[in-house]
Amino acid sequence: MIERRPVANAFGHLMLVAMIVIVAFPIYLAVIAASHTIQDVSQTPMPLLPGAELLENTARALFDGPQLVGVSGSTPAIVLMMNSLIMAISIAVGKIIISLLSAFAIVYFRFPLKNFFFWMIFITLMLPVEVRIIPTYKIVADLGLLDTYTGLVLPLIASATATFLFRQFFMTVPDELVEAARIDGAGPMRFFFDILVPLTRTSIAAMFVIQFIYGWNQYLWPLLIASDYKYQTIVLAIGRLIRAPDAFYEWPVIMGMAVLALLPPVLVVVLMQRWFVKGLVETEK
Amino acid sequence: MAKVTLKGVKKNYGPVKAIHGVDMEIADGEFIVIVGPSGCGKSTLLRMVAGLEAITEGQIVIGDRVVNDIEPADRDIAMVFQNYALYPHMSVYQNMSYGLRIRGMDKADIEKRVQRAAEILQLQPYLQRKPRELSGGQRQRVAMGRAIVREPSVFLFDEPLSNLDAKLRVQMRLEIKRLHQQLGVTSIYVTHDQVEAMTLADRLVVMNQGRADQIGTPGDVYNHPATTYVGGFIGSPAMNFVKCRIDAGKAVLDDGVTLALPGGWTAPAGSYTLGIRPETLRIARPEETPDLHLDVDVAEELGADTLLHGKIGGQDVVARVPSNAGFHDKSRPGLMVDISRAHLFDNESGLRVAV
Amino acid sequence: MEKRVVFQNRYLPYLLIAPQIAITIIFFFWPASQAVVQSVLREDAFGTRSYFVGLENFIALFEDEYYLNSFKITALFSTLVTTIGLSLSLLLAVTADRLVRGTTAYKTLLIWPYAVAPAVAGALWGFVFLPGPGIFAWLLLQAGVDWNFHLNGDQAMFVVVVAATWKQISYNFLFFLAGLQSIPKSLIEAAAIDGAGPIRRFWTVVFPLLSPTLFFLVVVNVVYAFFETFGVIHSLTRGGPAKSTEILVYKVWYDGFEAQDLGGSAAQSVILMVIVIALTVVQFRYIERKVHY
Repeated sequence: MIERRPVANAFGHLMLVAMIVIVAFPIYLAVIAASHTIQDVSQTPMPLLPGAELLENTARALFDGPQLVGVSGSTPAIVLMMNSLIMAISIAVGKIIISLLSAFAIVYFRFPLKNFFFWMIFITLMLPVEVRIIPTYKIVADLGLLDTYTGLVLPLIASATATFLFRQFFMTVPDELVEAARIDGAGPMRFFFDILVPLTRTSIAAMFVIQFIYGWNQYLWPLLIASDYKYQTIVLAIGRLIRAPDAFYEWPVIMGMAVLALLPPVLVVVLMQRWFVKGLVETEK
Repeated sequence: MAKVTLKGVKKNYGPVKAIHGVDMEIADGEFIVIVGPSGCGKSTLLRMVAGLEAITEGQIVIGDRVVNDIEPADRDIAMVFQNYALYPHMSVYQNMSYGLRIRGMDKADIEKRVQRAAEILQLQPYLQRKPRELSGGQRQRVAMGRAIVREPSVFLFDEPLSNLDAKLRVQMRLEIKRLHQQLGVTSIYVTHDQVEAMTLADRLVVMNQGRADQIGTPGDVYNHPATTYVGGFIGSPAMNFVKCRIDAGKAVLDDGVTLALPGGWTAPAGSYTLGIRPETLRIARPEETPDLHLDVDVAEELGADTLLHGKIGGQDVVARVPSNAGFHDKSRPGLMVDISRAHLFDNESGLRVAV
Repeated sequence: MEKRVVFQNRYLPYLLIAPQIAITIIFFFWPASQAVVQSVLREDAFGTRSYFVGLENFIALFEDEYYLNSFKITALFSTLVTTIGLSLSLLLAVTADRLVRGTTAYKTLLIWPYAVAPAVAGALWGFVFLPGPGIFAWLLLQAGVDWNFHLNGDQAMFVVVVAATWKQISYNFLFFLAGLQSIPKSLIEAAAIDGAGPIRRFWTVVFPLLSPTLFFLVVVNVVYAFFETFGVIHSLTRGGPAKSTEILVYKVWYDGFEAQDLGGSAAQSVILMVIVIALTVVQFRYIERKVHY
């Protein structure tokens, strides 16, 4: 920068720090709530400093679940998180696999109807689950996939975003590599597995982060598909518990669960920040 | 090892004709350089030999086989690419052995071949490195190593040195030449660099807009260019072309300069283009009557030589003279033309006229 | 764009693309076409058979006070989320970009809300504003505000906007920062040499160069507010109180699943599809333009 103004700089740092504090505040509060007994949390206002019950409340959230009469009974968070994990990983991996394959077909082959297929995939960008809820639900119901992992995952793994990202990347792979591979005697699938996929690993990592978060954070879809508690995800459980009429009695445990619900995707983003940022920015090119 | 024959090879991209028909016989063990500016079709021709481009018309024969419909991997060739095309995620060893592994060759045999190639190219210390950890010259050598381990009957080189800096290019040029002497494998080498072409080639193919203007030894091409194009392309600085009329044993340039022709010239009277290489112009000695005077615009001092740029008969001309002759900008030296080393071309077709 | 080099194979490409296409047809095109079909049908009282009603479902929708209300709410909600979110994150990005040190650290500390599910974001902010234990609720009460977002529609809107914006700030911030960092420093230096002060430089040099990013983010944020905030609404307000936060996506779900009005919900789906397609076309136009420039 051109001007060096210590005051302006200090002000800038101050503003950013303030913003970070504001952004982190609700989570801080959730952790605080999870660290107190229900009696402490019920004060008006609740305490702002951590209490001693964090481990106990978290353990209760993980292994017992909140004891509520109304809504979802007491599904332990560990079960819910396992479901979320299965859903998130299956969606991410599924999307990556079918998108790699279709991007490979689109970039490295010429065949009749190619453009037609390409546009077909492109159009799915325009149709989020939210706008075609009922008919999609009906299909899944007709296929007998309600309350199954397949029903939770399969309809969400078609991905125009991932296909385009991989297509974009494949276009930048030098033609000479294909030619060298052909001279070396590698057929298309050999080239795909031996050369193209290893080269794409950064994009694959980026896509994995983004799609993992997408899968973990699904809400509406599990709300429709998983009526059986065995298949509910932790995010869905939070949305239900928070509005339960008797949630009041279990705030510490529910807030502990909320922290558990956001921890895995946040960790993935922070730990894989480099790929995450790359993935975000590149899918929007 | 094998000879390679091209018979009337043509390439069209839709209505666009990229190669107009090339015929060539390449002898076993010969080093052929295809040279020309970008877009002349030289790479296309090479890629057709490799099997990376379909052949529109004609035949390519490697050894005794017509290879038109044979996959690149089965043509018994190996290719070195301009950008090396090394697999970035594989080590040098894996890069070199990949093709052999695909062929299902025995591990011990692969090891033997890779080690031998690495020895020839002095790559042993780098076998476990990734391409990105290597310098440009080393990458180049790996690309050649990948070709060598295949033990093909033909090597194809597609501008292999153009990504290297000038100094390294000279060094690698020598290495390629040595390698060829050592292995004796038929090689086809594409470049736009005429120095590379002249120094490496047993025979040159000068390509011009999809045609092979001339095929011949470097000396042949330099001393007897078949067209004005070849004359202008080979040699640096480029050959001077001046329009002239030939009549009664004399060549008359536009501004009235008259040059006496050597006795043997039998070209019929008429208009021609005279090709004079800059090095066949020399400063007239004091006792000589100069053939012509050059109004020097700019004198480029190169060290040993000086290039004098000026105009004769309204046409740009360069003369290469020793620097110690002491001519500078705006001087007007008298020059002698070594007419016996000049070339005569048809004005219309640009073809060489026999004299 | 086409590759110069391709593989020759008759069947393989179809095999490769088949899984993607199969899922797309089964779970995208078929349901979408079903939505269109259902939007012109109505079931009889017993739900046993349905008959063709033309555009009646649509007409009924646009005569439905609640639906029109839902439109207005969605417009207000998405305008608030987009403008507040973009202004705040632009301010933050410009500030972070100005600073020589710490930019990367700030980036790390600001991006993680992106990873929080909308429903969880709703739960967290719901707790902060919860009458009783909620700190902000208490502060507002102390300030004399009669605070209870479960009862007051405006207050409910305020909370969902806060939660939805909070989640989106990190995304906007990342893109603004990337946009700012891609502006060549030499341009700004040239403007400084021309005598433009920092504020003038921002509006005459930086902002115009940032406008493609801004445009892109406006579209993304509108799409986000329209379609991806179901979780926020569902976990915070269930569309209430008195439908004061019932955005379109929430209403589609509610009418279809809770009120079992299939035809009406399908007609709403069709309208939503038209909106998404319009937004996508706008965005695509813009991408096309960017490519041409």
